[in-house]
Amino acid sequence: MNNQQAPLALEAVGICKSFGPLVANDEVNLQVEKGQIHALLGENGAGKSTLVNILFGLYKADEGEVRVAGEKVEMNSPHDAIEHKIGMVHQHFQLVPVLTVTENIVLGDEPTKKGGVLDFEKAAQEVEELGKRYGLEVDPRAVVEDLPIGYQQRVEILRSLYRQADVLILDEPTAVLTPQETDHLLEVLRSLTAEGVSIIFITHKLREVLAIADKVTVMRRGEVVGVTDPKETNEEGLAEMMVGRSVVLRIAKSEATPGNTVLSIKELNVLDDRNQSALKDFSLDVKEGEIFGIAGVEGNGQRELVEAITGLRPLVSGSILMGEKEMSGCSAREISEEGISHIPENREKHGLVGPHSVADNLVLNRYFHSPFAARGIRQTAAINEEASHLVEKFDVRTASIHNPARTLSGGNKQKVIAARELSHDSSLLLAAQPTRGIDVGSIEFIHQQLVNARDAGVAVLLVSAELDEILSLSDRVGVIYQGKLVAIAPTDEFTRIQIGQLMTSGNS
Amino acid sequence: MKILRSALVPIIAVVLALLAGALLIQLSGSSPREAYSALFEGSFVGWERFGTTLEKATPLIMGGLAVAFAFKGGLFNIGGQGQLLFGALIAGAAGYGFTGLPWIIHMPLALLLGAAAGAAWGAIPGVLKATRGAHEVITTIMLNFVAANMAEWLCTKVWREPGDILVRTPIIEGSAEIPTFGNIPLGFLIAVAFAFGMWYLLQKTTFGFEVRSVGLNPSAASYAGISTKRIVILTMAISGFLAGIGGSIETLGVLGRYEPGFNAGLGFDGITIALLARTNPIAVIPSAVLIASMDASASLMQFKAGVAPEITDVIEALILLFVATPIIVRWFFKSRQGEEISFGANWGSS
Repeated sequence: MNNQQAPLALEAVGICKSFGPLVANDEVNLQVEKGQIHALLGENGAGKSTLVNILFGLYKADEGEVRVAGEKVEMNSPHDAIEHKIGMVHQHFQLVPVLTVTENIVLGDEPTKKGGVLDFEKAAQEVEELGKRYGLEVDPRAVVEDLPIGYQQRVEILRSLYRQADVLILDEPTAVLTPQETDHLLEVLRSLTAEGVSIIFITHKLREVLAIADKVTVMRRGEVVGVTDPKETNEEGLAEMMVGRSVVLRIAKSEATPGNTVLSIKELNVLDDRNQSALKDFSLDVKEGEIFGIAGVEGNGQRELVEAITGLRPLVSGSILMGEKEMSGCSAREISEEGISHIPENREKHGLVGPHSVADNLVLNRYFHSPFAARGIRQTAAINEEASHLVEKFDVRTASIHNPARTLSGGNKQKVIAARELSHDSSLLLAAQPTRGIDVGSIEFIHQQLVNARDAGVAVLLVSAELDEILSLSDRVGVIYQGKLVAIAPTDEFTRIQIGQLMTSGNS
Repeated sequence: MKILRSALVPIIAVVLALLAGALLIQLSGSSPREAYSALFEGSFVGWERFGTTLEKATPLIMGGLAVAFAFKGGLFNIGGQGQLLFGALIAGAAGYGFTGLPWIIHMPLALLLGAAAGAAWGAIPGVLKATRGAHEVITTIMLNFVAANMAEWLCTKVWREPGDILVRTPIIEGSAEIPTFGNIPLGFLIAVAFAFGMWYLLQKTTFGFEVRSVGLNPSAASYAGISTKRIVILTMAISGFLAGIGGSIETLGVLGRYEPGFNAGLGFDGITIALLARTNPIAVIPSAVLIASMDASASLMQFKAGVAPEITDVIEALILLFVATPIIVRWFFKSRQGEEISFGANWGSS
C-alpha cells in the first residue's frame, strides 16, 4: 500500500485534534521510515507535542488514524503504544527519584522469579548489557535522584529500549544537555538507527536538525507546512518554514564601545538553597555599553549569582558595587530602584503574576511610582495608558491588556517581561536565559532588544545555557564552573569547543 | 455576565445543598415544603425577624471577610475563631472598664481595642510564618485553643463580675453599646462598610495590589521588590483585625458582655462563608445572610415543620461541601487554565 522502498515504521494520517476552540492538529500527516531519524520541528504551540502525545496514546485524536508497520492501530493509552513497541522520552522525565536505575526501568513490567518474587539481579544485568551495547552506560544500582540530568535521560531511553521499542519519541531531549552531552546523544541515536530503531526527534534547534535528521517535518499553527530533506536546506530555510517569514538568526551588531564600570563584584561568596557553597570568591566587572555573557552548564552558580546581585539572596561575604555604591545588604526594592533591570530565568514563577492582567504585570516593578499611583491609590488610567503603549512598542500579541498574563504564549510572556524591564530607566540589565523555550520570532526580537540596550549604554549581563546565544550576543564571555569564573576573554578569542570544555571540566 | 458566571458555582452549590436537605427532611418524616417555607418566613418575613437575621449575619460577615482577606494574600486563616474571641473579650473589658466617656468616643474606642486584640492575635501566626516558616494552618488552629483558654482565664480571674455565679464580664456601659435603628442593627451596617472598604483596599490601593500579588505568586512578588514577609504579617494582622471587629460587634451590639461559649463557632463559619463568596468581599454579605437565615429560622422550622435544628447544620455543611468540591478539584488538577481559582496560589503548598 505504500510506494516507498522502506516500509513505514509509524504513520499518522489526517490527524485532527482540538482543545475547545483551539485547533492543535489539523489534518496532520507524519511518515516515519524504519531506521530513520525524523525531526519534528516547529515553534512552541505549533502542535508537535499534541501530535506525539496522540502517537503515544496520551491523547485521543478527534479524526485520523495511527498506523504501525502499515496496520491501523487503536491508541487509547500509553499501554497500547508500548504494546506496539513505541517508546517516549518526555521533556520532563517520568522517573521515580528515590528508586534505583533498574527499578525505574522495570517499573510496570517487573521480572519475577517463581512465586512472584522480584528478580532485580537479572534485570540489573540486562540493563547493564543494554547500556554497554548502545553507549548508554549507567550504574544500574544507582539511585536516580543522585544522577546528573544527562544520566537520568539515559535511564529514560534505556527504559524504552528495555521494552524493545522500535520507535522512540524524544521530546526536546537536548534542552537539558551540555554541548558535549548533546554530541554524545546524537551518536547514540545514530547507533540505534543502525539497529533498525526509528526515532522521532522534537526540537526547535535548527543546528541539531541539520546535523542528524534524515527527514524533517515542519509544523506551524497545527498544520504541517513542509516535509524536507535536511541536506537540501539550511538553517535560514528551516527557520523561514517554521515562522512563515524570513528571520534574522544572528543579530547584526556593531563593535562595542565599553565605558565606565557599572557593576563590580568582588570576592563574592554565596550559599545555595541547601546551604552549600554556590559561588566561591567570585569577581566580575561589567561596563556600560557591553554585553557580558556568562556561559555554563546550569546549576553551577548562575542562579545564585543573579539572585545575589538583585538582593534576593544574602551574601556570605564579598561586595557588589553599582557604580560607587555598595549594594550588599540592600533590599531587592532598593537595588531595583538603583537602576537594575532583571529578566528572570523562570518567567512563569519569577517574572509574572499569571492571574494578574497584562497591564498589571507591565507595571509590576513600578506600580507604586507616580503616575501609576498617587498617595497609595492606584491610577488605573495611567497604568492602562502605559500598558497600551508598551504592548504596541514591544509587539505583545494579546487580545486585551486586561487579559490574565498566563493566557499569553511563552514568547509573548517574555515580551511582557522585556517590555517592563527595558522601559524602566536602568544602567544594568540582568538577562537570565532570556530566550528559553520561546519561538524563533520572539528570540530574534529579544536579542535585538538586548543589543539595543547595549548600544544605548546599558551594561548587560547575559546568563545563558545556550552557547549559540552567548557567542552571538556577547562582547566578552566568562565561563562559570562550580561557582567559579574559570575564564574571561573577548568572545572572538574562544572557540565553541574551548567553551564547551571549560563548561564541563573547568579547564580547556 | 462575568459576575453571573462566577456566581454560578456557589448558586448551584446552595441549590444542591437545599435539594439534599429536602431529601433528609423527607426521610426524617417532615415536609420539605413546609420546612423551607418556615425557613423563609423565620428569617425574612417581618421586620423583627429580618432584623434578627441581619444581627446574626454581622459576625459572620466579619468572620467571612477575615478568612477571605487571608486567602487573597495566599494564607489560610483557620484562626478566625480565636481572633474573634479576643476581640469580643477585649471589647467587653473596654466596654465596662472605661466609665464617663461620651458614646461617640467610648463605643468606637471599645470597638477598635477589640479589633486591635484580634489583629495582634492574628499577627502572631503571620510573624511565625514570615520568620520561621511555620505553616499558618497549624499555628492558627493551635492559637484557637490558646485563645479560648486564655479568654476563659481572663474572664474568670481578672474581669469577672464580682458576686456573679456565672463566669462572665460585667455588663458594658450604655456609652459603649452599638445601637439598633428600628430593627436594623448598626453593627450590620458597620460590617457592610468593612466589606466595601476591603474591596476598595484590595482593588484600588498599591497595598492591596501587593497583597494580591503575594497571594497569587509570592516568588514573582519578591522578584518585583515586594517584601513578602511584611505582606504576610500584615495580611494576617488585618485578617485578625476583621475577625476582632466581628467579636467586638457581637459583644457591644448583641450580648452586652463577654461570656465564654457565646461566640462558639462564629469564626469557623467564616471559612464556609468566604468559600461560598469565592473570597469576593462584596459576595461575603449575601453569603453570610444566607447562613444567618438558617440559624435565625431554626426554631420556627422546628416549631412549624418539626425539623430538628441539627438539619440546618447539615445543610450548611452540605453547602460547604458542594462549594469546596469544584474549587478543590479544579485546584488539584489545574485542568482549566485561564479560569480564576479563588484561593491564593500557595496555601497548603509549603
